Amino acid sequence: MIALSLVPTASWYLILSAVLFGIGTFGVLVRRNPLVMFMCIELMLNAVNLSFVTLARQLNDINGQTIVFFVMVVAAAEVVVGLGIIVAIMRNRSSVTADDLAVLKG
Amino acid sequence: MEFFVFVCAALMILVGAVGVIARSHPVHAALSLVLTLFGVAVLFVAQDAHFLAAVQVIVYAGAIVVLFLFVIMLLGVDRVENLRTEPLTSQRPLAIIVSLGLIGVLVAAFVRGSDALHERGEGINIPDLTTGTDANTTQLAESIFSRYVVAFELTSVLLVIAVVGTVLLARRTKTVVAENPK
Repeated sequence: MIALSLVPTASWYLILSAVLFGIGTFGVLVRRNPLVMFMCIELMLNAVNLSFVTLARQLNDINGQTIVFFVMVVAAAEVVVGLGIIVAIMRNRSSVTADDLAVLKG
Repeated sequence: MEFFVFVCAALMILVGAVGVIARSHPVHAALSLVLTLFGVAVLFVAQDAHFLAAVQVIVYAGAIVVLFLFVIMLLGVDRVENLRTEPLTSQRPLAIIVSLGLIGVLVAAFVRGSDALHERGEGINIPDLTTGTDANTTQLAESIFSRYVVAFELTSVLLVIAVVGTVLLARRTKTVVAENPK
């Protein structure tokens, strides 16, 4: 089995993370539901985390995993605040698209 | 074997990511996000980051996606976004160009820098058979609690600020005043 003897190198992981980041970017640019835009931002953060972990193993440096830990903490805080803002805005409105939020006035 | 794991996890990640951006229903998008997050956790395990894989499953797939679903339910689940229409003209072709260009730039950078990555190290997860502890978790803890301990404490401050700010944001001031007249 030639497929089982192949070992994925670090470049494969990095290219996968680049594709994941690109998909997340496309979602942020195209989708109009703010919740789905948040999910796409999570996709981009996960792509960055994946490349950090790959480089941490490749360069034999644990600090790459340390910064992934901090990215996760900051992402959790960001999601909490962002969803709080979305709930506060959507409570007074009926629609859920980001196009309706062009004016910051409540 | 590692190749097989990589292909399966990459398929999970890509299918989930496409599901996030292509599903019109937000609940379906959130469940696709779970698929992607599990795939990333599998790749973390494949790269000897066991602690981060556990945190990924618990925090991301557990807490954050549940928070997403909670807000979706709170705002109403029957709001399906119509993906057929395109409110801004030529928004999608431009977005495709931008994201493909971004992928191209990143891949070009990785290919150019692959010489620096060519020498693979010994790996950071050196199992310590004498104590039976997980070497990855031990090394990560030593890094966080010695060199980056100030940053670690600052993240606790950040979390407290985020929680307090969210409580202030989500509070209905008018009704609270009306219910508790003084």
